[in-house]
Amino acid sequence: MAVNPRLSRRRFIKAVIASSAAGAASHAGLRVAGAQDRMPGTVERLVSIRVNGRTRRVDVLPQETLAHTLRYKLGLTGTKIGCNRGECGACTVLIDDVPNYSCSTLTHSVRTREVLTVEGLQAADGTLHPVQQAFVDELGPQCGFCTPGQVMSAVGLLHANPNPSREEARLAMSGNLCRCGAYDNYLNGVMRAAGSRS
Amino acid sequence: MNDYRHIGKDFLPPDVVGKVTGKAMYAEDFRADGMLFARVYTSPMAHGRVTGIDTSALEGMEGVIGVLTADDLPPVEAPNAPMLTNTPVYIGEPILAVAALDEKIAEDALAAIRLRIDPLPFAVDPLDSLVQDGPDAREEGNVYVRSREGSGFRTVKWTRQQIDEFRAGREPTGDAVDEWSYGDLEQGFRDAQVVVEEPFVTVGYAHMSMEPRTSMAYWQNGTCYIYGSAQSQSFMIPGLASLLGIEQKDVVLVSENTGGGFGSKIGAYPMMALPAWFSKKLGRPVQLRITREQEYYIGSARVGFQGWIKVGFAANGRVTATDLFIVEDIGPNATGGDGSSAGGAVSIVYDPESMRYRGVPVLTNTTPRGAQRGPGQNQIAAIMAPIMDKAARELGIDRLEIRKVNAAHNETTVYEDQEPVTSAYMKEALDQGAGMFDWAGRRGMARRRGSKVIGLGIGQGYHSAGATGYDGLLRITPDGKIHLHSGVGNLGTYSYASTTRSAAEVLKCDWDNCVIHRGRTDANLPWSSYQAGSNTTFTHMRANYAAAMDAVTKMKEIAAATMGGNPADYDIGDERVFRTGNPSQGMSYAEVAQRAIEMGGAYSGETWPADIHEVTQRAVQNIAGSGLIGVARDALPQEGVIPGFAVGFVAIELDLETGKYEILDYVGIAECGTVVHPQGLAAQMKGGAIWGFGMAGLERHVYDPRYGLPANVGYHQCAIPTYLDGPLEMHTGAVDLPDPQAPFGARGIGEPAMGCAVAALTSAIADALDGHVFNRTPISADMIVNHVAGRPQSFKPLQTNNF
Repeated sequence: MAVNPRLSRRRFIKAVIASSAAGAASHAGLRVAGAQDRMPGTVERLVSIRVNGRTRRVDVLPQETLAHTLRYKLGLTGTKIGCNRGECGACTVLIDDVPNYSCSTLTHSVRTREVLTVEGLQAADGTLHPVQQAFVDELGPQCGFCTPGQVMSAVGLLHANPNPSREEARLAMSGNLCRCGAYDNYLNGVMRAAGSRS
Repeated sequence: MNDYRHIGKDFLPPDVVGKVTGKAMYAEDFRADGMLFARVYTSPMAHGRVTGIDTSALEGMEGVIGVLTADDLPPVEAPNAPMLTNTPVYIGEPILAVAALDEKIAEDALAAIRLRIDPLPFAVDPLDSLVQDGPDAREEGNVYVRSREGSGFRTVKWTRQQIDEFRAGREPTGDAVDEWSYGDLEQGFRDAQVVVEEPFVTVGYAHMSMEPRTSMAYWQNGTCYIYGSAQSQSFMIPGLASLLGIEQKDVVLVSENTGGGFGSKIGAYPMMALPAWFSKKLGRPVQLRITREQEYYIGSARVGFQGWIKVGFAANGRVTATDLFIVEDIGPNATGGDGSSAGGAVSIVYDPESMRYRGVPVLTNTTPRGAQRGPGQNQIAAIMAPIMDKAARELGIDRLEIRKVNAAHNETTVYEDQEPVTSAYMKEALDQGAGMFDWAGRRGMARRRGSKVIGLGIGQGYHSAGATGYDGLLRITPDGKIHLHSGVGNLGTYSYASTTRSAAEVLKCDWDNCVIHRGRTDANLPWSSYQAGSNTTFTHMRANYAAAMDAVTKMKEIAAATMGGNPADYDIGDERVFRTGNPSQGMSYAEVAQRAIEMGGAYSGETWPADIHEVTQRAVQNIAGSGLIGVARDALPQEGVIPGFAVGFVAIELDLETGKYEILDYVGIAECGTVVHPQGLAAQMKGGAIWGFGMAGLERHVYDPRYGLPANVGYHQCAIPTYLDGPLEMHTGAVDLPDPQAPFGARGIGEPAMGCAVAALTSAIADALDGHVFNRTPISADMIVNHVAGRPQSFKPLQTNNF
């Protein structure tokens, strides 16, 4: 993850928390501070990011997290925030095909990269992605709050390793918590999507 | 396997696709025009009194719209939890709230507020409060008594000697406030060949649902709309109305999906109502999204136990007597109940010939407690399993056999009043699990490989699994569609959908022709039970059955009125009502629905049964005239305790050098009557098992005793189980024998699914350590290492919450 080296870890965390707490300001149609307020050394506010194959222009605060941008500025609420501190994986998205916790990723760091969220998987004709279909077939979700993150981790895994062993899949998925304990069902879904279960 | 059309068959619950595509809406995903964002100021002290709130710094602060304090809200009588308080009784208790244009401004505002709080005495370990001169968690007392003669707070103290003796493992002699018994306990112990007597601890821990709970509310034409995280649906309405001081008809709850509950969102809770009060004050929609840390504080937690148990066994392993004493850690405002429920579970799972339960629920200044998956039943399951193993060893009986000797069956009587059960097949479950697990074969296998030891465990879980008296509602419209109205919450078990298949089964209709209405109370939902306590399946299979039978009766009456003859001359099939003697003479469901509208009255919902709940009455009023209405209160006969059982078998490999263990295999068997939804049942059995593994070895509260500070408010520190904390693959099965008091024979299972697993794991750990009984959950690696090394443990006997 690219982080401005001039930011100390403490400053980064404080700023991330503050920007995360900023809530859905854009949803409420509110003005955010203008470019003239920018501090020296901070980055541009109005940026273009590639999300689900589309270029989206969005006004981004300096230390804004990708989870915040996706949910509250782009309306992609499929990405869930369970902990906002990189512990649960509910906010997992793919960045250049690699699973990342979007709550711990600065939006500014993905400007030249491809972001894929759970909303970007389904085909235009409504056909589910093989991982989504496998999760349906295996009744992976229970409460479902962690499911988008589980789906994205599975998609990332199968992109890197199309034929994982169950143990490899379990390790790859282990950054995603599920309080319902649906791990076995999700793993069955991963293996089904990989063609190892029918 | 049955020959039902829908029961026992898998189906696609209508919300699953939304969950894998991200389209499923949770409370925080909803927005309203002009919505404000609220944040709460939470108590930094474990117990205190607010003596001053200075909000002057907020004057002129751009974007700050309002402040809400306890003084703005109606007083709440303890032990009911307030929305906001001036006398916080735990760290993290909300004191005031700020609403602003965005959450950052609200947080800035909170930081600018100055509060004065005078500290009050506090306790984080029940025994520190129970001891003479110990601090009381509340000014009202340190114990809560639930009694027919009058419930309330009391002050109960034991002498220091009594506490010391309890810690030393001797029978408690201090006062209990709850006691029940049956049989001749003294005779039971005289009849015993082996008596096992143990002190025990189960540490409480947080629910930690994945979704940090959110509530958004606004008022429109006198109706309060709440978008909240709720594990129940219709059941929430009376509680919400009470919290808001309005009539039930004036509340709408939208809760299409909920990110976990596990007992923490059964009924209306204060944080759900707070935005509604704020919205009322400010005249704008208000959303409160709490943080992960706040979810730890207010998201509820499991009651902890400090106890003593004495169990007598006859030579054949039969339990002759059980004497159980439990000090419950009920947090700051619960009222107890887990302890007695634990006693009830013992009375049915091990069926002792005589038994006594005594308990004292002690208040602590830790996070609020509430029901958590198998409240009481699952704590005692964890403790009982190694005790059964110990007795088996001393008696020279196989550990499976001693459980079968005491297994609940159809003649078993339970609880204090020794009530009958509707049905029970624990022995069959044990046999099925033993077969799948290959218990007989594994017992003889090599157990030691270097520092690694194999441990095998058996666990049994129980929870009551059903209720009666709730309503069912369905509607057949002139387009032939069958509309199944479900007031059951969407907790992730899919029982809101699977129980409606009871109606589809009665109506002999295609599932593809059915539409489920759910998720918001203005979608005309019937009065339904709480979505908790393993009760939904039994309860709402019955309620939907009752509504469907009402619809069938009406369809036959309409057919007779239209085509002649008597209703008894007609039958249903292929979505038609037809004359039994001449099946070609009949009406389609669509035609019957049209006729129902024309005939009016009860057929189209213009009138309704007198005994249905007012929530259902309003639903019927709203859909009246749109088709044929099937509506009824479940008044089917019911007698005795409705049990849900499960058994678990687990194999672990424990490393004596590190104290860590790996779960190699797990088999869980459900004994919950007829299987309704095989995939859903298997998911509950597996998910419950993961919960059991967490309780057995990972999860616990940790509090600093000096300041009462919680030490593990995040996921990582709470140590909820991950993918790596279970076996690589899990296996489940079901006895699948029908219960005679459910129309299709089904009972509930959610909580026993966990109890059997936690018990199996504590049993397996004891087995790996040559029968050593820790009598404590969680069993952590350091405890195992200390035991293996012969070192003392790092906590004193019975210590809880603060090691």
